[in-house]
Amino acid sequence: MNMLFLGIGSILASFILLPLVRMISGPTIPDRVVALDAMNTFVVVSMLCFGLGYNSPIYIDVAIVYALLSYVTTLYIAKYLEGSL
Amino acid sequence: MKAFVITSAACFIFYLVLTAGSGAIGLWSIYEIIAGLLLSIIVGFVSQKYVGGRMSKKALDPMRWMRFFVYLIYPLFWEMLKSNVDVAIRVITMDIHPGIVKIDSKQNNDIGVTLLANSITLTPGTLTVDVDEKNNLYVHWIDVKKKQPKTEDVCGKMADWVRRITQ
Amino acid sequence: MIEVIYALAGIGILFNFLGGIGLVRFPDVYTRLHAETKCTTFGSIFIVLAILLYELVNWSTNSWVMSFHSIIALIALIITNPAGAHAIARAAHRSGVHPKEAVVDSYEKVKR
Repeated sequence: MNMLFLGIGSILASFILLPLVRMISGPTIPDRVVALDAMNTFVVVSMLCFGLGYNSPIYIDVAIVYALLSYVTTLYIAKYLEGSL
Repeated sequence: MKAFVITSAACFIFYLVLTAGSGAIGLWSIYEIIAGLLLSIIVGFVSQKYVGGRMSKKALDPMRWMRFFVYLIYPLFWEMLKSNVDVAIRVITMDIHPGIVKIDSKQNNDIGVTLLANSITLTPGTLTVDVDEKNNLYVHWIDVKKKQPKTEDVCGKMADWVRRITQ
Repeated sequence: MIEVIYALAGIGILFNFLGGIGLVRFPDVYTRLHAETKCTTFGSIFIVLAILLYELVNWSTNSWVMSFHSIIALIALIITNPAGAHAIARAAHRSGVHPKEAVVDSYEKVKR
């Protein structure tokens, strides 16, 4: 347990509320995708901090896989919006 | 065959790096080594037709890697620092004049265009939107100063740096 | 040494926060992408620097694994964030979302 990094991770996780505002109110679909991308970045970074806070490396491995998978999701939605899917 | 061997070896090394510290043989346990070998052979077999034919000997030149790491620190990180302060100020003051402009990227290969486009996205007030067949970049610029800019107006010296790394 | 960790983490949190605020305040999707991509990537770099410094100061048995995997996660973020932003920008323009208040739009004339 490491309270410093648990605190940093909690603050970063609370920032997910900001993209959530944009995701609910966003006028167009690309706006919502941008919000999703920002949320994914915040999740990855806060997961790194929680991994350090609980002192278990498995959180960090999950963060790597999450980052790569969220990139694939973004590319897939972008492809769909272009109409080339 | 060459593509298969290179892809499998790269996957195996990456797997070993990720699982270091798991057991007794060197740093790894016997199960991790067997699983890594099997998985990397499968991945290499499946993906050989996607990477084959695109490899060149330029990737083995140590001078290019040296220049790449210098590039990461001096122009790129410094420009990122400036761009983030710039965007932070614009977030607070909302002083924006956006527009999409077209520039010549001066590159002739795919890796150079990719590296330059990602660098442009991370540096002051610019975001790459598209690239066409002649390697011209369409850049969204948050503060348009000229309607027909040259390459230096948008990305400074980075185009020359990237050309020295990849050509 | 703990002050430096606090400073690095503070800078990272500040830039991540500004990225989120920019996402809410900017007028159209391209400017929002500016705020999102740059600020969150830069903030993540500073958070990972804080993690690395902490592991270096309090070295224990699994510090090596933690710091190395953090670096790999950071590299994944740095490579994928601009590429994803590029894909969204192109998709937005092709699906008919045009930049608001634009001074010039050279991409408009390109045939698809």
